[in-house]
Amino acid sequence: MSNKDTFFNAMQSRGVSRRDFLKFCTVTAATMGLSASAVAQVVEAMETKTRIPVLWIHGLECTCCSESFIRSGHPLATDVVLSMISLDYDDTLMAAAGHQAEACLDEIIEKYKGNYIVAVEGNPPLNEDGMYCIIGGKPFTHQLHKAAEHAKAVIAWGSCASSGCVQAAKPNPTQATPVHKVILDKPVIRVPGCPPIADVMTGVLTYMLTFDRLPELDSQRRPKMFYSQRIHDKCYRRPHFDAGQFVESWDDEGARKGYCLYKMGCKGPTTYNACSTVGWNDGVSFPIQSGHGCIGCSEDDFWDKQPFYERLSNVEIPQFGVEANADKIGMAAAGVVGVGIAAHAVASAVKHSSAKSTTKEDKGE
Amino acid sequence: MTTRLVVDPVTRIEGHMRVEVDLDENNMITNAVSSGTMWRGLEVILKGRDPRDAWAFAQRICGVCTGTHALTSIRSVEDALDIQIPENANIIRNIMQLTLYVHDHLVHFYHLHALDWVDVISALKADPKATSELAQSISSWGKSSPGYFNEVQQRMKTFVESGQLGLFMNGYWGSPAYKLPPEANLLAVAHYLEALDFQKEIVKIHTVFGGKNPHPNWLVGGMACAINVDDTGAVGAVNMERLNLVSSVIDQCIEFVDKVYVPDLKAIASFYKDWTYGGGIASQNIMSYGDIPDYANNYEANSLLLPRGAIINGNLNEIHEIDLRNPEEIQEYVPHSWYKYPDETKGLHPWDGITEPNFELGKNTKGTKTHIEELDEGGKYSWIKAPRWRGHAMEVGPLSRYIIGYAQNNPEFKEPTDKLLRDLDLPFDALFSSLGRTAARGLEASWAAHKMKYFYNKLIANIKSGDLATANTQKWEPDTWPKEAKGVGFTEAPRGALGHWIVIKDTKIDNYQAVVPTTWNASPRDPEGQIGAYESSLLNTPLAKADEPLEILRTLHSFDPCLACSTHIMSPEKEELVSVKVR
Repeated sequence: MSNKDTFFNAMQSRGVSRRDFLKFCTVTAATMGLSASAVAQVVEAMETKTRIPVLWIHGLECTCCSESFIRSGHPLATDVVLSMISLDYDDTLMAAAGHQAEACLDEIIEKYKGNYIVAVEGNPPLNEDGMYCIIGGKPFTHQLHKAAEHAKAVIAWGSCASSGCVQAAKPNPTQATPVHKVILDKPVIRVPGCPPIADVMTGVLTYMLTFDRLPELDSQRRPKMFYSQRIHDKCYRRPHFDAGQFVESWDDEGARKGYCLYKMGCKGPTTYNACSTVGWNDGVSFPIQSGHGCIGCSEDDFWDKQPFYERLSNVEIPQFGVEANADKIGMAAAGVVGVGIAAHAVASAVKHSSAKSTTKEDKGE
Repeated sequence: MTTRLVVDPVTRIEGHMRVEVDLDENNMITNAVSSGTMWRGLEVILKGRDPRDAWAFAQRICGVCTGTHALTSIRSVEDALDIQIPENANIIRNIMQLTLYVHDHLVHFYHLHALDWVDVISALKADPKATSELAQSISSWGKSSPGYFNEVQQRMKTFVESGQLGLFMNGYWGSPAYKLPPEANLLAVAHYLEALDFQKEIVKIHTVFGGKNPHPNWLVGGMACAINVDDTGAVGAVNMERLNLVSSVIDQCIEFVDKVYVPDLKAIASFYKDWTYGGGIASQNIMSYGDIPDYANNYEANSLLLPRGAIINGNLNEIHEIDLRNPEEIQEYVPHSWYKYPDETKGLHPWDGITEPNFELGKNTKGTKTHIEELDEGGKYSWIKAPRWRGHAMEVGPLSRYIIGYAQNNPEFKEPTDKLLRDLDLPFDALFSSLGRTAARGLEASWAAHKMKYFYNKLIANIKSGDLATANTQKWEPDTWPKEAKGVGFTEAPRGALGHWIVIKDTKIDNYQAVVPTTWNASPRDPEGQIGAYESSLLNTPLAKADEPLEILRTLHSFDPCLACSTHIMSPEKEELVSVKVR
């Protein structure tokens, strides 16, 4: 490949100064929760690396993950697709169609064996020999296996790919199945959420490009940097929970004052995601900030656990602002989610002992 | 002698779709088969759920037209349970729906459709100075200097010369079907990138009121975002800062659409005036349910700012009323769809609808069950049902809305349409084409951006008068509901008429059916052999190159297909084409 198009070159050609470029790298590192010392690595990666091919394939889904991805504020989607990766297959955005589109997939697999990333949006249905989702006259499972076979890593974007999401809700008529249950021989990174937050998506991708390794994952294969804390842990309305101040009915006085939405069915206490810290759409808001409870869209089987407006059981409501209750709440919430959280806690403990980059993120688990 | 060209996957759409066309010796399309190639079973999954949760499930029908299914679902529940919403909730919902229009139309034009008209590689040959002159001659948009276009061109050059073409790999660059001069191509490429950066700003309105985008939150009975502009805790509610953010985004939308999108649309169209294909049934049968109620809880035509009605057999002098509750009007058929009815010669109204999958290929299919080479349009060939209005295949979408508004002499739709036709020196009939569909969508984006401002002002006036209410909770608890209830909710999704029909029994969903815009447009044949909008629009179109589906993509994209909503279209046997009634 002649004339290497690195991220820095691209930015330079757009008149971006080195100073601004360094600032960009610092923000990127901060987004990923990295310390200041890691900024140099980000800079180096951006300055020297060529674009890694990404094959973005689609199973049963609604395309909300693609839509979320292009909402990324830092880095911008234009910079991602022009300067950071080579998005060589993505049926939502690519110019070619039909045979010419399929040829793109084949060519990249052949040319970059072991050196491309497969990003999966949606999931394969297994009923009816897979024919509830047909690509090129064949079941999507065929394309998924073909693309994944020589991939360096597989990213399962969103709740569809990670856990099945809405089409896998009972009775799951198509037997929609998450990617890691079909692709068994590759590292699969799960990035759940319906959709995942844009900057989390680009953050995960940028991490891989920058450090040339997979992000640290929890026992459920989610990047720890974004999924190791509950919405509730960092919710700005948490003090109202601790103080026993709740919205009792939609648009009541408590709602107008921004009280806690727990009684309206908020699933923040059992949902692991970055909404209450990273925020949505350049941090403009997140569901609770806009007055609606969290529906738990990044948790496995959230469609079937409980109706969205039904209060979580087993969460003890603090009567008056007693900070000590935070731990109690955490434990009670863990009881609701059961095995998943228990496994998560074990993994967290293991991580603590491995000493590597232990952060406060494991607190409370 | 005919040959069959298969296009699968059809790209730059939402979801999965396949199209097969027969070409004669002049590469003219003589038969088209469109097939939706995915089914997710949401209607089945919704059974037995809490109706107040339905919006969240229904919203996941589509993440591109995010919100419109949720709104439709909520309206169906409110209709069934006779719930009245506060004025502010209606205004906020309208602002959110209009936000979707602007976002969806803009992203469609630049990122899903433009590459059917714009040759990215040709842009590398453009003179940046001449591009700048072109840009300044059509718009006062600030980013138009020779230096700016030079930068964009250099960036694209570096990109292309790297040998990694990414999204532009294997495109149809250099095809004689591309008509723009290099300068217009460069202008469009620059705006492709600008629009990609800008679109993320538009949706911040959803984030303010619904907490996130895609898939903001909604509420049966109103909206969950409480308003508080004066009192303690205002920082945790819709307050002055939030309203200012909304207002600022609205202003940016108006500017971008009017100074970039619409001028680009006109500039590109001016080079394709001779490409008049793709009309299909647009000149015959079109329909719009209407949307954007000016007054809360009034879904009658006189309250709806988007036009309502149906036109059949091309008679623009007669606008038919539509009744979504009438079992004789909207019916869905499945003889060519992968579903099972007890009697497939008959259609079913959505309240009585059945969604039972039945994947069965026609006897003349080439290939095997899991490796389809050519479909048999004589049998079942799509995951999309065939909806009909009083027995007619209908086209829905921006063009339908504009033609109906025009026929109703509504100046909001007639005047911009006349101006566009005048500017391009085109007759009225030119609207019945792929380009007409694309143009109507652009005009509508501008209409929607300005209407956002209208509703924003209305919201401020309402708050000023002391009305802060956003939700009505009188019937929130299921014990206030009747034992049985039926409802229908409708919107005009960006892609066209959308309806959700719900049956509630013992506080749970007993039946749920969605008939979505792409189901109308991508409909397979019905028992009478009538073809739908996609299939008819492809007929009689010549391809510049027999193995490159550029013109097919151009026409399909003009509908903005959304297949997760309603995928499946296939084309019929050659002899069946004779029975095709619509040109």
